[in-house]
Amino acid sequence: MSDLHRTVEAIWRIESPRLIAGLARLLGDVGLAEELAQDAFVAALEQWPVSGVPDNSGAWLMATAKHRAIDRLRRRTRLTRKHEELARELEAREKAEPDLAAALDDEIGDDLLSLVFTTCHPVLSTEARVALTLRLFGGLTTDEIAHAFLVPETTVAQRIVRAKRTLAETSVPIEVPRGAELASRLASVLEVVYLIFNEGYSATAGDEWVRPDLCEEALRLGRVLAGLMPSEPEVHGLVALMETQASRLRARIGPSGEPILLAEQDRGRWDYVLIGRGLAALERAEELGGALGPYALQAAIAACHARARSADETDWERIVALYDALAQLAPSPVVELNRAVAVSMAFGPAAGLDLVDALTSEPALESYYLLPSVRGDLLAKLGRRDEARLEFERAASLTQNAREQRLLAERAAACGAHHNSRPTI
Amino acid sequence: MRVMVMVKANEQSEGGVLPDEQMLTEMNKFNEELVKAGVMLAGEGLDASSKGARVKFDGDKRTVIDGPFAETKELVAGFWLWQVRSMDEAIEWLKRAPFKEGEVEIRKVFEAEDFGDAMTPELKEQTERLREQLAEQQ
Repeated sequence: MSDLHRTVEAIWRIESPRLIAGLARLLGDVGLAEELAQDAFVAALEQWPVSGVPDNSGAWLMATAKHRAIDRLRRRTRLTRKHEELARELEAREKAEPDLAAALDDEIGDDLLSLVFTTCHPVLSTEARVALTLRLFGGLTTDEIAHAFLVPETTVAQRIVRAKRTLAETSVPIEVPRGAELASRLASVLEVVYLIFNEGYSATAGDEWVRPDLCEEALRLGRVLAGLMPSEPEVHGLVALMETQASRLRARIGPSGEPILLAEQDRGRWDYVLIGRGLAALERAEELGGALGPYALQAAIAACHARARSADETDWERIVALYDALAQLAPSPVVELNRAVAVSMAFGPAAGLDLVDALTSEPALESYYLLPSVRGDLLAKLGRRDEARLEFERAASLTQNAREQRLLAERAAACGAHHNSRPTI
Repeated sequence: MRVMVMVKANEQSEGGVLPDEQMLTEMNKFNEELVKAGVMLAGEGLDASSKGARVKFDGDKRTVIDGPFAETKELVAGFWLWQVRSMDEAIEWLKRAPFKEGEVEIRKVFEAEDFGDAMTPELKEQTERLREQLAEQQ
C-alpha cells in the first residue's frame, strides 16, 4: 500500500463518521450517505497524488461529497420531486453558507448522535446493529469487522447491505429520539457498544481468550458517546465499566495465551491509566445521579476490584450489596450467579453453594458454562472433589472457547490430584 | 495501539513563558477534538527544565544534576498518550495540532505481546517473589 493510500485510510478513520453523519442528515438516507462518502474518498485517492493532501482534508471531503450528492440527485433518471427539492436546497445552502464545513461543525455532534441511534435502531437485528455501528460510526472497513468477529467478509458485507436496505424500507428517521423513547433507544446503543466490548473481553469463539483490538474499538465508541451525551449518567457508567475491565486485559492472559482468573492476576500488570479513567467516569455517573444504573452498578463492582491492592483485600461485602442492587434493578440468573460468587467470597463457600444450587434448575443457565464452573469451584473449596471434577468437565463441554476449555480441563484434572482452592470469576 | 506524543521544548517553554491566549485556545480546541474522538487517554505539559533534575548512573555511582539542561530542542515539554488504530492515524491527528514551529515526536508504546520471549520464566519468578514481598508488607 502506498503512503498516500495509508494516509487516506487514516483520514477515513477520522473523518468518515462525521462525513457520513452530515450527509445522512442532508439526504435522509444512511446508505446513500455512506456511498457518497466513499465516492469522495475515491476522488481523494485520484486527486491528492497530483494536488497534494489539502490542509483541511475533512472540509475538502465534505465539499466533494456534497457536490456529488447534488450531481447524483440531478442525474437520476426518474427524479422524484423530493430529490429535486433536496438538490435545490443543498445548492441554496451552499450559496448561503460558503464555508459549509464550518457551518456543519456545530451540528456535527447532533449528526453523529442521530447516526448512532439509527445504526442501533431496534428495527435491525443485533448482528446488523453491531456491523453497521462499527462500519459507519466507528469508521472500520468491512474487512476489519469480519476479521474482528471471525466471520467471512461477504457475511459482514451482506449484513451491512441488508441493514441499510431495512433502514430505507422502514423509513427510520435519522434523528435523536426524544422523551420517553430516548431511554429505551439509548439502552439499545449502549448494549451494542458493550456487546462489542464483551466479544473482545471474553471471546465466545475462536482460539484466543481475549481480543484487545475489539475492546479498544468499543472503548473508543463509548468515549465518543460520552463526549456526545455528557449529561447521560449511564453512558459514563458504561465507559467506567469498560475502562475498568479493560485495565485487566494484559493481566488476564498468561504467556501462552491461557486465561488468568481475577484472584490470581498480577495486579502490577493492571493498567492504571485505564483504572484512573474508569474511576473518574464512575464518579461522573454518580454525580449525575446515576449510581444505581445497571452499567454504573457493574462499574462500581469492577471498581471494588480495581481499588483492592490484593485479592484478599477486596471488599466482598460491598460487592454483595452492589449485586443485591443490580439483582433488584435487572433481575437475571447470571447476576444471581455472580452474586453467589461474591457471597461465597464474603461469607464462605457453603453460603455461596446454597445460592448456586438454587440456580441449577434455572432454564436460562442450562447450557451456561459458568454455572458448573462456579459450582465446581465452590465444591472444590469445600473438599468435595469428585463432584467438583464432574462440574468442571461439564463446564468444559459447554464453552466454545478453546482456551477456556483447556483451563477447565486442567481444573477438572487438579480435582483428582491435590486440593485446589482457586476462586472463579 | 497506544502512542506517546512528545512535544519538544523551545526557548519560551524553557524560559517559563506560558503559551499566549490564542495558542491556549487553539490547543484546548484540539484537545477537545481528541477527547471527543476517544483518542486521548492522557496528556500533560511540563514545567521548564530549570525546575527538574537528572540522576546520572555510572556503575554503582549516582550523581544528581540539577536543571536547567542545555539541549533545549531535545527536551520534552509536554506529552500526550493516545489510543489509535495505526501509526498513520496518529500522524494524521498530529498534523491537526495547532503548532506553528518545532518538532513533535510520536512513539509507539510497547504492548504486552511486543515483549515476546524477553519475559523469561526467571523474570516471571522474580516478579512473583516481589509481589509476595509486597503482599507481606501490607
